[in-house]
Amino acid sequence: MGFLLAIVVTLFFPGIILRVKSRLSGRKGPGVFQPLRNILVLMRKGSIFSSVSSYVFRIAPVIYLATILCAMLLLPFPGYPSIFGFDGDFVFFAYLLALGKFLFIIAALDTGSSFEGMGASREALYSLLVEPAFFILFGTLALLTGFTSMQEIFEAFQVTGHHSFIIGFIGVYLLVQIAMIENSRMPVDDPKTHLELTMVHEVMILDHSGFNLALMHIGTALKFSMYGTLMANFLIPLSWGLPEKIGFFFVIQAIMATVIGLMESFRARKKLARNPQFVVTLSSIALVAFILVVLITFNRI
Amino acid sequence: MKKLVREKSFGFPGVFPLNTFILHSEMVPFIFFIPVILSFFVLIVRSGIRFYFVLSLTVVTILITSIPAISLLLNSTGATLLFTAAGPPGNLTFTIDRLSSFFILVTNFTVLTAMIYSKGYLKPYQAVKTPARLSLHYFSFVWLHLSMLGVLMLREGLAFLIAWELMAVSSFMLILFDAENRQTLKIAVNYLIQMHIGLVLLIIAFLLVEEKTGVFGFDGLTPYFSAHSNILLFFLFFAGFGIKAGFVPLHTWLPEAHPAAPSHVSGVMSGVMIKMGIYGIIRVLASVQADWFLIGIILLAISVISGILGVILAIGQHDLKKLLAYHSIENIGIIGMGIGIGAIGIGLHNPWMIFAGFAGAMLHVLNHSLFKSLLFFSAGSVYQAFHTRDIEKLGGVIHPMPQTAGLFLTGALAITGLPPLNGFISEILIYTGLIKGLSAGTVYQTMAMMLAIIGLVLIGGLAIFCFTKAFGITFLGSPRSEIKHVVTEAGSSMLGPQYIIAGMILLIGLVPVIFVSPLIEVITSTFPASPELVSGTLLSTLTAISRLGFLFLLLVAGLFFLRYLLLKRRRVEQQPTWGCANTMGNARQQYTATSYAATLAELVHPVMPETQRYVPVGEEEIFPAIRSFSQHLSDVFQQIIQKITFGSMWVLKKLARLQTGNIQHYILYAFVFILIIFALVYLNLL
Repeated sequence: MGFLLAIVVTLFFPGIILRVKSRLSGRKGPGVFQPLRNILVLMRKGSIFSSVSSYVFRIAPVIYLATILCAMLLLPFPGYPSIFGFDGDFVFFAYLLALGKFLFIIAALDTGSSFEGMGASREALYSLLVEPAFFILFGTLALLTGFTSMQEIFEAFQVTGHHSFIIGFIGVYLLVQIAMIENSRMPVDDPKTHLELTMVHEVMILDHSGFNLALMHIGTALKFSMYGTLMANFLIPLSWGLPEKIGFFFVIQAIMATVIGLMESFRARKKLARNPQFVVTLSSIALVAFILVVLITFNRI
Repeated sequence: MKKLVREKSFGFPGVFPLNTFILHSEMVPFIFFIPVILSFFVLIVRSGIRFYFVLSLTVVTILITSIPAISLLLNSTGATLLFTAAGPPGNLTFTIDRLSSFFILVTNFTVLTAMIYSKGYLKPYQAVKTPARLSLHYFSFVWLHLSMLGVLMLREGLAFLIAWELMAVSSFMLILFDAENRQTLKIAVNYLIQMHIGLVLLIIAFLLVEEKTGVFGFDGLTPYFSAHSNILLFFLFFAGFGIKAGFVPLHTWLPEAHPAAPSHVSGVMSGVMIKMGIYGIIRVLASVQADWFLIGIILLAISVISGILGVILAIGQHDLKKLLAYHSIENIGIIGMGIGIGAIGIGLHNPWMIFAGFAGAMLHVLNHSLFKSLLFFSAGSVYQAFHTRDIEKLGGVIHPMPQTAGLFLTGALAITGLPPLNGFISEILIYTGLIKGLSAGTVYQTMAMMLAIIGLVLIGGLAIFCFTKAFGITFLGSPRSEIKHVVTEAGSSMLGPQYIIAGMILLIGLVPVIFVSPLIEVITSTFPASPELVSGTLLSTLTAISRLGFLFLLLVAGLFFLRYLLLKRRRVEQQPTWGCANTMGNARQQYTATSYAATLAELVHPVMPETQRYVPVGEEEIFPAIRSFSQHLSDVFQQIIQKITFGSMWVLKKLARLQTGNIQHYILYAFVFILIIFALVYLNLL
């Protein structure tokens, strides 16, 4: 359920971001489905591979996308079980994404380009710093609810009482920020400035072309809707009927895309040297939530 | 472990009553001495057949020890096998229980693969080294294997310590293989000294036990622990075994000794020899009677620190094998975390933490022995082909050596704990223990568990950082220095064992249940715990993981097929790497290991200080002369230990003035000494 809906959302998610950004900068902007059309065009093209690169470069995009698709199979939808959920599945979720990232990074190094090496190094650093935030968040939820699979966590979370609003708010904030950093978007990196000015994500896919590039773009778009789906699990009340839930789900995703568009338009990119501090902030915020839950669990409040 | 399946077809434990046969035969204990006697023939056998002789000797040893071990692990009734050999000096008892069975199988597998690998690896040395040297090398190798098995099977204190010492000495001999290099000699001596510090600690610990209980050996531990303070003796043992295992800050020998040894030896040392320390710790822990919680927490803290520091320091290394050696410290940290969680679990009577923790730790022992030996072997192939281990000088190794590169990549993915490979299974078991532990006790425990989770996550992230660097810079891109000779792929005797290991890695990653369920038996028989509550859920989690693993592989295959269909009719070209329309770039402009690690090195400055050596250009110097620049990231602990050694050297040098070489002076010293004794007696002070 969560898997299918997330796939549907992916079709227009990047389009909304683009649209919002272009409207805010005073342009008319492309249609919502333009990124999808771009991908279809890429799919129909041939490929150019760097002569320095090896088989790593060729297999990496496939595995990258496969990890994201496979991770999405673990996504729950409020009131409906995830396809493959099990105890501790959020660890699997995070590690599977890390596998994709590993391949993504070495594919960048495979070209022997110093730009891409630079991007690779930074990607590795940011993802290592952002990972704790995700784990603290889910550890906190596990402590609060007493469950360890994502589906059970979210189901139990909604009935824990009033403080679930505070935790839910922090959770949503963290997920948005994690999604931004995972995809190297605004405060960390600016995807608008192409080529050498964009030092993380965009620079790493410089040498990919055709089908492989399409896979990379699909992966990025899927990551957004994946985190959006996790967020929806915080927000959609369990007691609603299925049509309302689905409707609200799309609204949430659209709002998230709009918020990302807004953030990207009004926020300046941070200095590269400042980025680690920013990324670590997320873990501290997650720790605040954790301490709150510790106090709740041990009846100190 | 590979043999596990094959041996099963012999028909025991059900059809052929091998257990009863072993238990009742009078001759059986002496079987263990066959390899010991045969090992001396290694020294005299002709050099043409030496390798095959040693290989068959190893196989015989493996068969002798694996058969009882496997029968014990598969049979759910018998807990311990005893073989007592009565001889003139006294009885020598070989004891095999489930715990030692597991370690025996891990040891045997890695030693066998290393043995086969050594054929190809030592080939270039045949011409350079004298036959006597090579014989001695193989002799030491056989003895390293035998002494490790001895450590695992002997419980009596003296016999155990002798085996422990033989293990240190034989590995010392193996490191010395390259003794022409003065640096190697220094490292080997340093190793020997540190090992003996560990030995002394163990002797003291055993003596303490003997003083109170009258038993010199592991059997005296349980009575000791039930009557006296647990925590002190445990940590005395921990220090002794921890030097071998390489817990921070006892690790300083490790990153020096492993790279200095030949690669097959590094694989065995890092893969299994340091695990003997882990075995010792688990063995002692099994006898502990109280203070579980405190022991567990301290163990967990030390392990998290070891894990994080190990991997951070690994990132600073440019020597491929040294980098791998630091990763051993990281992995020992992960294993220690599992043990710590298990101990806390026993303290809290939480079966989840006991089983997830210990199973994670033990599975990681097996996993680490696999991927670490795989990594050392493939790194050894690279060293053999390029004659350098400096990753700044390598690059593009994947082109001449695609298979070695693929194997290294497999090892790298496994060691970083990524699914669907084996490292992930042990890590998720440890995560399960930690997450279950979050809500199982007091506030402090919850905090400790959360800190440990953060630690493990950081270890994972840092390992990805480190291995993308190690693999990316070494194997990808284009060569960073000119190579004068033709480089070819490693030979089949070197690749073969690596493929076997890689197969095992994938097998554990995809079908973890068949490896974890025997481990649950091991834990049940070793620690006070019963698995009824958890083993079902734990195994169903693992089944879910293996299902997802297969699904993931299917997805990958499907996407490949899609790409094949789409690209079949299209143009696929090769062109230079895009460089802002500049295609003149050369290989030296590539990102280097130093620059890759620079972003992180800044953040971890306190534990990994950076030193730069260069002469700055003067202001009046209009045409600067040729200069050199060097940059070095070092291990803060090695600096501390160096300071201590230099300090004591200084004191000792001052004291050396007393040693004049003049006989009259020495008589004077003796006279003064006697006077002092007299004075003390006179004053009633003695």
